[in-house]
Parts: sequence; structure tokens; C-alpha cells
Amino acid sequence: MRGGGGEILLEAVDVGKRFGSVVALRDASMSVEAGTITCLLGDNGAGKSTLVGVLTGVHEPTSGQVRVRGQPVVFSSPREARARGIATVYQDLALLPLLSIWRNFFLGSEPTVGRGPLRRLDIRRCQDVARAAVEEIGVEVRDPDQPVEALSGGERQSLAIARALHFGADVLILDEPTASLGVKQTRTVIEAMERARSEGVGVVLVTHNPRHAHPVGDRFVVLLRGEVVADASADDMSLERLTGLMAGEQDSG
Amino acid sequence: MTSSDEDVRIGSLRRLLSRPDFTALVGAVLVWTTFAVVAGPPFRSLEATAAILNASAPLGILAVAVALLMIGGEFDLSVGSMIGLAGMTLMILTVELGWSLLAAIAATFAFAGLLGAANGFLVVRTGLPSFIVTLGTLFIFRGLTIAGSRTVAGRTQIGGLDEVAGFERAAAVLGSTPVGPFRVSVLWWLTAAAAGVWILRRTRWGNWIFGAGGSAEAARNLGVPVTRVKVGLFISTALAAALVAVIQAVRFTGADALRGELQEFRAIIAVVIGGTLLTGGYGSVTGAVVGALIFGMVRQGIVIAGVDADWFQVFLGGVLVAAVVLNDYIRRRAVRA
Repeated sequence: MRGGGGEILLEAVDVGKRFGSVVALRDASMSVEAGTITCLLGDNGAGKSTLVGVLTGVHEPTSGQVRVRGQPVVFSSPREARARGIATVYQDLALLPLLSIWRNFFLGSEPTVGRGPLRRLDIRRCQDVARAAVEEIGVEVRDPDQPVEALSGGERQSLAIARALHFGADVLILDEPTASLGVKQTRTVIEAMERARSEGVGVVLVTHNPRHAHPVGDRFVVLLRGEVVADASADDMSLERLTGLMAGEQDSG
Repeated sequence: MTSSDEDVRIGSLRRLLSRPDFTALVGAVLVWTTFAVVAGPPFRSLEATAAILNASAPLGILAVAVALLMIGGEFDLSVGSMIGLAGMTLMILTVELGWSLLAAIAATFAFAGLLGAANGFLVVRTGLPSFIVTLGTLFIFRGLTIAGSRTVAGRTQIGGLDEVAGFERAAAVLGSTPVGPFRVSVLWWLTAAAAGVWILRRTRWGNWIFGAGGSAEAARNLGVPVTRVKVGLFISTALAAALVAVIQAVRFTGADALRGELQEFRAIIAVVIGGTLLTGGYGSVTGAVVGALIFGMVRQGIVIAGVDADWFQVFLGGVLVAAVVLNDYIRRRAVRA
């Protein structure tokens, strides 16, 4: 294991979720440790998004429990989860392409100076902080005034990650961040994840691609038809085994 | 990404080109130059300049508020009707009901603001396109103005505001020509523009307007009070319409139930010429100001050049389409550079 040994920040304990008569999750458990990258793998329809939804306040579990730092919690909305330090970076990223990097970065949490009618954005600080935060994650910012649409897909992912980290996320859940990216772009996102891990963040990488997950994961949780069929550390998980598990092969090791 | 001198040069050029109001600024210079050559010295005179600014001011005031609203992702087609409604409200309160002008002006603004808030809540609560909702209120407000004034006053035009208590003072602030041939309404326009630019570029509200227009859902998830922002924007377009109505009522010492017709579209044209996208989340207040100015230049220029005024609409439509095509082209190029 590369990271690990940290506090357990977030866990799902025997979580079940039914939508009407459809069982989406059955007694699924997983935990997210500080300073590690946990990969949540499964084919389409295996229950990944449902489990993520339960962990981030989108769905309430039908049975079982979600715990934050050991404390049982019931999230009624993603906003509540975010307030507890659990941030999700979705595929659509919640970025506004026409808006500049710094305006996107601070949207909804803008720092201001001055009072009354003269209260105004602290633009210089916004630009400097946004630039520093994004560069920290491994993306060089030429001009924080550039619109986000001028960034590549990987850079946008990194911007969203940098924003989540800056605003105090200690668990970062990335939903298929590499799904539509090329090799170089994927590298950018993986670097950003590794930086987050080195700062003690618990990172969850949700993906259906074992080849993206295997090189970076410290821990692998595999879902198959709503059940966790494997939960193993990197030392016990070869790429072959991981691929086989996802395809529904009987586990041998 | 790599940095080099070339990048820096391309960067500052791109920054200029990627200003939403770039085309409008160039267009304004082009239109002015064209008329300055074709219409000659009379177009370049102080009187003509004043005539252009005076003619542009009411539309310009509207365009500032409409630009903010459109950047926030909504339309308000009721602003033209609101001018008629606010003007008649003012006249009925003063001439028919005997209120003092100051009280009537305050009541008119309050009434307009209330109707603007109603527009906003209707749009946000129903989730219907504001184009449809305010198309409805366009007719409601206009019909209400005509029917209401006929019921209360027995006519759809009311004059005699200059005989109302407090007119002299109000005229000094709203209807005078304090500097040479320039009307005080030009000053109101500049003030509105400065406030609009300040709000959009320098305050959190400005960032929220961009956010609400770019993606209301994403902005809401990030904690932006989208409902408050949008309702506030509808209130501001209604108040801008009321300001125009009051200025015109003072200037003409009366109002007409039909005043303001088609102003909603002229305001949208000025805003769009100024580089604001119909889809929201992108645009500029300065662009809208320049758009209104182009409007005034074309209108006065055609008259001074001796061209039949019937051609005004053709010219205006042409400018609109050309500006939109150019804006779109330049914006795409600037992003790819």
C-alpha cells in the first residue's frame, strides 16, 4: 500500500437500497481512509452510482448505515454531505464553460472587500488563489481570466478537484472522471488525485475501467449486481484479477 | 501548457478579442464613421451628437437592466408595456387623484417593482420559459393600461403634469437640459450604466448573475441564491422601465397608454448587438450601452443623411444580424486561439 494507515473518514456499512421492487444494492460495505485512493469498480448497472449516491446524500439507504469519522449520519441532501466535507466531482463538473477560471472557482463563495455599496469582489485575491490552487494540483494556469471552455477536459477535472479541495473537502468522490479523456488528459487527472491523496484526502475513484484504476488505487472495491464481491488492497489485487472480478468470474485469489 | 513571449502576445490579443462587447465597439466606430462621411459635417456637430445621445438614453437605460437579466438567463418582454403602465399610473395618481408628483413617482416605482417581482416569481416558480411568461404579461400590462385608464380617466392619453404640485423640482431632475443641448436623461443613462458595470463585474451579485444564467442548477448546487438573483433582475428591468416612463412623462408633461410599444425588442436588439448571448451566462453591460448608442446613431444618421426614414428598420435589422454573426465567429476563434 502506498498511502494508508489513516483515519477512516467515510464508510458505508451493510447498505441496501431498493427502488420499488428493484434491488440496487445488497448489504454493501466500503470505507474511505484518509490519504488513500479507493477505487470503486463495476460494470454499468452494478450499483456504483447508487452506492455513491448513498454516500453523498443523493439517496437515502433502505437499510444499513453511513458513517462519517465513525459517527452514523443521515444526509438529506448533497449539500449536507458537502458541509461534512464530502465533495463529489461529477462528469458534468458543475463548471460554467463561458465563465472565467477564477469566477468559476469562487462561484457561490466569493471573497469580498469593503462595506455597504462599496462591498466588492476581491478580484486580485480570487485570481491569485485560484491560480495557486489549480497549479498545486498540477495544471499550469496561463491566465485565470480565461474562460473554462478554453481548458481541456483533464484540466477542467483538475479545476473542479482543486475547487473541492480548497473549500475543505476531506473526502473527494470522482464519478468516472476519465471516461471521455485521452491518455494525456487522464494523466493530468490522475496526478491531481495523487496530489489530493498526498494532502491526506480520502479519494474515491468511481470507474468501470480497471486499467485506469489499477495503477493508482490503494484499495479496490468491486460491485457486481448490487453486491460487493471483492474489497482488497493493492497488494492483493492484480489487474487480471480485477478485470475478472468485474466480468463476474468466480474469485480465485 | 507552455508559457512564452508569443503566448503572452496572443494572450493579450485574445483578451481584447474575447471581450463580449468588442464587436459592438468596433461596430459603433464603423457606423459613426460611415454617417460622418455620408451625412457630412451636420452629423459631426455638437447638436447631432446631443440628438443621438438624447435619443439613445431611454433605450440605453432599459438596455442596461435587460442586459443583466439576459446574462442571468431570462427575457423580459413586458418592459415596453411596463413603460406604458408606469406612465399612466403616474398620470392617474397625479392628475386624476390629486397626489403630489413626488409621492406619485414613489408609488409608481413601488408598483412597477412589485409587478417585476411577480414576473420573476412566476418564472422561477413555474419553471416555464420567461419568454412565454413575459409575453403573457406584455399583453396583460398593456391591456390593463388601456382598460384601466379608460375606466378611471375616460381616455388613454392624459396630459397636464406641469400643473401638478412639485413639477418644477421633478423637471429639474428628470426633464431638464443642464449641459448645452444634452438632456439630463443622458446622465441617468450613464449612471445606470456605471451601476450595471459595477454590479456585474465587481460584486458577488454579478458573479451570481453569470452563474444563474450559465447553469442555474450548477449555481444552486454551489450555494448561489438563484431565485433571489432572478427575481431581483426582473425587479430591476421593471424599475428601469418605470424610470424611462417617468422621464418621458415629465418631458412630455403627460403619458399615453401606448407608449413603449416595441421597446422590449429594441432593448433586446441593443443587448444582443452588445455581445450578450441569448442563452445567458455571457455578456456585457458596456456592450448593451454601445448597442443602444448604435441604435441612436442609425436613427439620427439616416435623418441627417436625408435617407427616407422608412429604411431605418432595414438598416437596424441588418446591423443586428451582422453583429450576431460576427460576435459568434469572433468568440469561437478567440477560444480556440
